[in-house]
Amino acid sequence: MSLVHEIDYGTPASKSAETVKLTIDGNEVLVPAGTSIMRAAMDAGIQVPKLCATDSVDAFGSCRLCLVEIAGRPGTPASCTTPVAAGMVVSTQTERLKQVRKGVMELYISDHPLDCLTCAANGDCELQDMAGAVGLRDVRYGYAGENHLELEKDESNPYFTFDASKCIVCSRCVRACEEVQGTFALTIQGRGFDSKVSAGAFGDNFLSSECVSCGACVQACPTATLSEKSLIDIGQPEHSVVTTCAYCGVGCSFKAEMRGEELVRMVPYKEGKANHGHSCVKGRFAWGYANHKERILNPMIRESIDQPWREVSWAVAIDRVASEFKRLQQKHGRLAIGGITSSRCTNEETYLVQKLVRGGFGNNNVDTCARVCHSPTGYGLKATFGTSAGTQDFDSVDQADVILIIGANPTDAHPVFASRMKKRLRAGAKLIVIDPRRTDIVRMPHIEAQYHLPLRPGTNAAILNALAHTIVTEGLVNEAFVRDFCDLDAFEHWATFVSEPQNSPETVGPMAGVSPEAIRGAARLYATGGNGAIYYGLGVTEHSQGTTAVMALANLAMATGNLGRQGVGVNPLRGQNNVQGACDMGSFPHELTGYRHISDDATRTMFEKLWGVPLDNEPGLRIPNMFDAAIDGSFRGIYVQGEDILQSDPNTVHVKKALAAMECVVVQDLFLNETANYAHVFLPGSTFLEKDGTFTNAERRINRVRKVMTPKNGMADWEITLAIAKAMGFEMPYNHPSEIMDEIAALTPTFAGVSYDLLDKEGSVQWPCNEKAPTGTPIMHIGGFARGKGNFMITEYVATDEKVGPRFPLLLTTGRILSQYNVGAQTRRTENVVWHDEDVLEIHPHDAEERGVRDGDWVKLDSRAGGTALHAHITDRVAPGVVYTTFHHPETQANVVTTEFSDWATNCPEYKVTAVQVSPSNGPSEWQKDYAEQAEQSRRIATKVAAE
Amino acid sequence: MTTRIFVPRDAAARAVGADPVAAAIVDEARRLGLAVDVVRTGSRGLFWLEPMIEVETPGGRIGFGPMTAKDVPGLFANGQLPSAAHPLCVGRPEDIPFLKRQTRITFARCGIVDPLSLADYRAHGGYRGLERAKSLGAAATVEEVTKSGLRGRGGAGFPTGIKWKTVADTTADRKYIVCNADEGDSGTYADRMIMEGDPFLLIEGMTIAGFAVGATKGYVYIRSEYPDAIRVMERAVVLAEAEGLLGAEAKFDIEIRVGAGAYVCGEETSLLESLEGKRGQVRAKPPLPAHKGLFGRPTVINNLISLATVPAILADGAKHYADLGMGRSRGTMPIQLAGNVKHGGLFEAAFGLTLGEIVDDIGGGTASGRPARAVQVGGPLGAYFPRALFDTPFDYEAFTARDGLIGHGGVVVFDDSVDMAKQARFALEFCAIESCGKCTPCRIGSVRGTETMDKIIAGDRAEANLALITDLCQTLKFGSLCALGGFTPYPVMSAIKHFPEDFTRPRLAAAAE
Repeated sequence: MSLVHEIDYGTPASKSAETVKLTIDGNEVLVPAGTSIMRAAMDAGIQVPKLCATDSVDAFGSCRLCLVEIAGRPGTPASCTTPVAAGMVVSTQTERLKQVRKGVMELYISDHPLDCLTCAANGDCELQDMAGAVGLRDVRYGYAGENHLELEKDESNPYFTFDASKCIVCSRCVRACEEVQGTFALTIQGRGFDSKVSAGAFGDNFLSSECVSCGACVQACPTATLSEKSLIDIGQPEHSVVTTCAYCGVGCSFKAEMRGEELVRMVPYKEGKANHGHSCVKGRFAWGYANHKERILNPMIRESIDQPWREVSWAVAIDRVASEFKRLQQKHGRLAIGGITSSRCTNEETYLVQKLVRGGFGNNNVDTCARVCHSPTGYGLKATFGTSAGTQDFDSVDQADVILIIGANPTDAHPVFASRMKKRLRAGAKLIVIDPRRTDIVRMPHIEAQYHLPLRPGTNAAILNALAHTIVTEGLVNEAFVRDFCDLDAFEHWATFVSEPQNSPETVGPMAGVSPEAIRGAARLYATGGNGAIYYGLGVTEHSQGTTAVMALANLAMATGNLGRQGVGVNPLRGQNNVQGACDMGSFPHELTGYRHISDDATRTMFEKLWGVPLDNEPGLRIPNMFDAAIDGSFRGIYVQGEDILQSDPNTVHVKKALAAMECVVVQDLFLNETANYAHVFLPGSTFLEKDGTFTNAERRINRVRKVMTPKNGMADWEITLAIAKAMGFEMPYNHPSEIMDEIAALTPTFAGVSYDLLDKEGSVQWPCNEKAPTGTPIMHIGGFARGKGNFMITEYVATDEKVGPRFPLLLTTGRILSQYNVGAQTRRTENVVWHDEDVLEIHPHDAEERGVRDGDWVKLDSRAGGTALHAHITDRVAPGVVYTTFHHPETQANVVTTEFSDWATNCPEYKVTAVQVSPSNGPSEWQKDYAEQAEQSRRIATKVAAE
Repeated sequence: MTTRIFVPRDAAARAVGADPVAAAIVDEARRLGLAVDVVRTGSRGLFWLEPMIEVETPGGRIGFGPMTAKDVPGLFANGQLPSAAHPLCVGRPEDIPFLKRQTRITFARCGIVDPLSLADYRAHGGYRGLERAKSLGAAATVEEVTKSGLRGRGGAGFPTGIKWKTVADTTADRKYIVCNADEGDSGTYADRMIMEGDPFLLIEGMTIAGFAVGATKGYVYIRSEYPDAIRVMERAVVLAEAEGLLGAEAKFDIEIRVGAGAYVCGEETSLLESLEGKRGQVRAKPPLPAHKGLFGRPTVINNLISLATVPAILADGAKHYADLGMGRSRGTMPIQLAGNVKHGGLFEAAFGLTLGEIVDDIGGGTASGRPARAVQVGGPLGAYFPRALFDTPFDYEAFTARDGLIGHGGVVVFDDSVDMAKQARFALEFCAIESCGKCTPCRIGSVRGTETMDKIIAGDRAEANLALITDLCQTLKFGSLCALGGFTPYPVMSAIKHFPEDFTRPRLAAAAE
């Protein structure tokens, strides 16, 4: 094992199809036109000295080390900024160049601390390398001149240090912040010798600036100036393992850089096809939870939830699970137990849980947390296109001309993809944002949305119909596309429907709080602005008409022909790392892997044959049905893997009641989460660093997760499920997750070609991956839809039953923030809390004033489901009548407030619309206090001494 | 009949009291009941005579100078209009040798017309160039400029017509004309004199450029140290707009932009950065501004004098201009004499005069009367020439052959009291102060160079340190991103080469203690 060293070509690759032949140091080189001489040299294995060039950002030409000589041209041009030309004859090493390079290095080192031996970058420093490469032996200027050696370190960021004394002012960090991340938090302050890298405005430090801690600057820094604190603490890593981030659905590839079994740092992997070497604060830095003191490492049991936990052996714990589940089934019937798979676990683990439920429990009571996020995506896109997944790869956004974002906040929730999107927007693509809030991307450095439609929460379907109305009635339909690829009857039916006056912008606009002209303008832009690409998130799905809205988006894309090629499509931005995978793996009660219905005899028979057990042909219970059944008394036991249903599911009071009603709740997690407060068996889980497997990201990309350390809890999650299955008498004999994937491939046509060998070879593949597409399918529906003809669905707008009234006059919508992830179980246990240590309520100044609420005040937030209290933040980011909060902190329990209303097709909860009232408060509510006390009681662990 | 008296409003004239002189004339004429109309003009560029007023007479204008307000009552002796008998009378300005020897093409109108009178401008041949350009067509206009041999007057000497053609041949949704009026070289003032004395000339030149290359918008980037020029240019743009010479009808707009005091913003790419509202930092080339300039669009960025010479070239034909000059340096150059010189001022002449003629003959030697020892040509980054090289003709190539440059035409004279080691140090210090900080040689090298020169001046291992300075100058020359660092070696190395004795002289500093 060794460190994975990636070649830095110095400048980005040229995309030109034309090639140019030139000679560099006597070698003939053939490269795409527009390639820099530096990169062309690198292609030929010739390293030109460089410091300011790195291939993640455009050439800058400031360090002056990469100078070359070109026959017939005067002077010594920089190889990074000079493009190749046909027939060019380049010399990278001449006497004159040697002297200039040595002269430049002599200058650099005359203003650099000579502490290489004790420097964090020792052994991984480009300045050090270059001093060696140019043969610097002496600094004749001495070290007594003006210098920057006394500059103070900026250690304000929790994850990295900025040591200005080591800075060579190459601007790589500044350029990475601009070009790669698109935040523009860094600049060079002062000029000449006084030039200094500066975060934010005068007087700011990294933490107080607009820096989002994505790590792009740290990644770009050629010296120790920007260094991870973990690297400073531990030292240089000695080997690295390429793996996949366990946070959001972007699925970034990282090199876990290790020293033995100790993780030194996570470094974004350039070859990663989802992230191309970029990262965000979560994936790059927020992995400390893996070693957090609250992590549970031993199995624990208790007879009832008012008792403290008792640590037991794995054998005892597993036996308790099996005997309890068997007892419950004997007493209450086969259907009395079930399981929940996790979108945070691997495909293999998810597959095993559903296999355990179907094969071992003998019922189909399995569901996944995707129920509460993207289930409408699966349903809606299958009904229209024939495949329950997004249509594009992320790279497609580079070709988009018009980007339509609806119900998604990519700069917070999918930051790495958002950076790609922002880069495209800065390059000139147009932007339409449909969101009740003015999300950051609406207006940020060098980006401004052409249209922001700040609709009232709950009116997505109406707005989308109004866009369709405009497209159809103004003759903007792509008729050729519809004729060639879509079901014409369905189209005609739909066109007639959307043309009806109730769907006109003039009718919908006033109801939704958006100007009809803006709706028409946005529709025209999307239909006629070139490649139109739709990106959406939970702001579309988590509604009573979530599925309707997904289908309405699909209709729009079909009507305008924005499908089946680069730059277009309908793209769900998946919340968790493996939402796509969890859905693919047969986690839903009615579907086996690859979205095939359990009642389909041929499919089921295939599974029965391979698994060696009969399967129930009736769909099982969905999560909300499980809760209802638990309260009814018919559902008595549950196995919850890696999912905190109490905090994340809507209407906490109801969920709590359901959990309390069960006799055996088994929670498998890293931490004693909120659900564990009601658990009888706790099985400690393993982190993504401790196991092998795969995650499937939002672009259907199957990425490898690789074990970099031994599970601290003793078992990988998949092994725990195997143990339960065995104890239940249902053997699942696998020695490695690769064997599980082989079984998935054997049973699932869209995965038929997938194997760990293929993933190792290709890095990653996007399903469908089979005989027809041996290396996967980046873009779906090219030349025809998966289901045959594209199917236009009627998407009549029906207002939600959740209505404002005198008691609850405001609409609450929820979302998340950059630094925190989902229920926060991981991110709250990292330094990310410096950016967000509590959930706050965003409220418009008008609404705040009416209620006498000042910025920072405690406020009560009540709905008919329940109430909580939190601090108010007054902002016009939300419209009057709308309030917003996040759900990252159990102290707030935002889901106490959300209701049980859900999507008509999939029961995906209507998180995004709750009628609420906000009133001044002087602290946490009684409910919060009781809850906190109960949680504390419930988390007691009996000490070993007492147990003896 | 009203008599017109011309008083310059040029900043150089105002600096030596032109405003009180003008006020005194108005007061005196009113007191005497004389019908006098004071017209403020640009300067003729005879600075040792400023403030030089000119009185209109039937035989032409008669000059008086240098004037003070106190001299004004005497001017109107016996209640009469000024007469040639007055001791301050210099006769007809055109007959003063300094002016008489010039070939005024670019500065033909400067000091004569009312800068803000379009009627005056037209009466003196204004807008003939644009008319001819229109009749020739865009491509032929570019061709005409190419044929004239006009080269960039900012100092680089790149053929203006070729630059225009590159922009004309590049397709884009928008193109720009940018006038570099960030005249930062010490001892130069030609740009300022045009802006203050003949602003419509620049407007016409830019309009022709816009027409020729297909640009619809122009920017004049003026250094903030030129408040008068900024005011005049802004007013001239308003007046031109009012007559439809700029704006929608003319299909060309001009916007005046003011710099923020950075010398390096006179470098074309950092000027473009500054215009875009960014830090004035040099861009790497390629891409050339002609391909990707202002806001990423094809941009003609020319020195003010280049643009201001275009109307005459068009009006009188390329040949008329190209017939002047020597070698590949065609036409005229406004030489700006400054420093320790008797007759400081602007001298527009065809290329080819020798440095000796310029300094000794035209400039009349030093103002101090001591022997001229060194002449710095081309601004603070130009080389120092010793008397031994006074035979060098004023020509781009001839100066290059002697490791010098003519730059923007600034000529600064030093007498024998100059310490060339201090001048060399000054060049490095100037580079350190004005460096944008982007490239390493300039950012760090200028500081180390200054420090090393201090050691030399202090007599600290002079030989080793001179070798180090020589190496550093190589690094600066070949390594720097732009001409600021790249040209700093010119003054430094020329001082060391031509005046070695100043670098090894035993110093008195230690002895003084």
